[in-house]
Amino acid sequence: MILGRSARGKAPVEPVTLKILVAGGFGAGKTTLVGAVSEIRPLRTEEILTEAGRPVDDTNGVEGKHTTTVAMDFGRITLREDLVLYLFGTPGQDRFWFFWDELATGALGAVVLADTRRLEDCFAAVDYFERRRIPFIVAVNCFEGAERHTADAVQQALDLDPGVPVVLCDARDRQSVKEVLIEVVEHAMTFAADPRQAVTS
Amino acid sequence: MSGDGQGTHGGAHWFDDDAGPVVRPYAMTRGRTSSAGQHRLDLIALVVAEDVTHDPETDHMLSPEHVDIVDLCREAPQSVAELAAGLDLPIGVVRVLIGDLADDGLVHVTRPVPPAELPDESILRDVINGLRAL
Repeated sequence: MILGRSARGKAPVEPVTLKILVAGGFGAGKTTLVGAVSEIRPLRTEEILTEAGRPVDDTNGVEGKHTTTVAMDFGRITLREDLVLYLFGTPGQDRFWFFWDELATGALGAVVLADTRRLEDCFAAVDYFERRRIPFIVAVNCFEGAERHTADAVQQALDLDPGVPVVLCDARDRQSVKEVLIEVVEHAMTFAADPRQAVTS
Repeated sequence: MSGDGQGTHGGAHWFDDDAGPVVRPYAMTRGRTSSAGQHRLDLIALVVAEDVTHDPETDHMLSPEHVDIVDLCREAPQSVAELAAGLDLPIGVVRVLIGDLADDGLVHVTRPVPPAELPDESILRDVINGLRAL
């Protein structure tokens, strides 16, 4: 049937779509976090980068291969028929930073997922969101067996502005991830009300 | 360009996926990397099929990939990211194809919240309530 549902006189709902970014180092659990709340199995979307868009990649030794692929995993949460939230795991490799601008445009906020065993992996993400004035929170993924640190200790170690929330989470646990996301949105609201309070330089 | 790149991979061969796609992805767009008159589509922009009576499959100007996009969007509006993942095509390719379809009046694209502008506070509250209710 060609006309589908609109043939029955009901126009399809066109939902408002929003996105939250999930950043963090390689192996911090970004895709796990997305998968814990997504109603679909996290999907992978890719972009092919050509020479012009890829200023720092070293192709020595692979002559003839002039493109590289940057991949992002994402998930979807339908909050209401007319309100859909997408979660995008950002590409972990530093050399894809320039690709983040595209992802970050119009984002509601971001989660920087931190692994306390490799805290330095999320420095770059923290820097990025601070500079772009994108509201973000830091969620410490409490891996089993990983040494537990308090939120305060992580806040200091990352030298975060006092307004940036730090929460502990389990990226595999749906309830825990829900709370992380609620925290992001609440922070985004505070941030919108008074950006100076949230970002001090 | 350093000389030692030569020969370090002398024994390597590319098989299957390593060799890259059989059809270069941008061949599907006839080499175009952007679509005329179309601003860059956000990954979460929704593509909605227009209520048109002619069957895109009979339109010989359209590639099979164009038809796939229209078919998917007729089931329900799809985000650019979902279309790219669903069709296993790079985002840039899907953007060009969507631009073609929009020009032909087969689909339209909703604009998500404009850049550098947070959504309305009431929408953020709805998001929080929606997340709590999950």
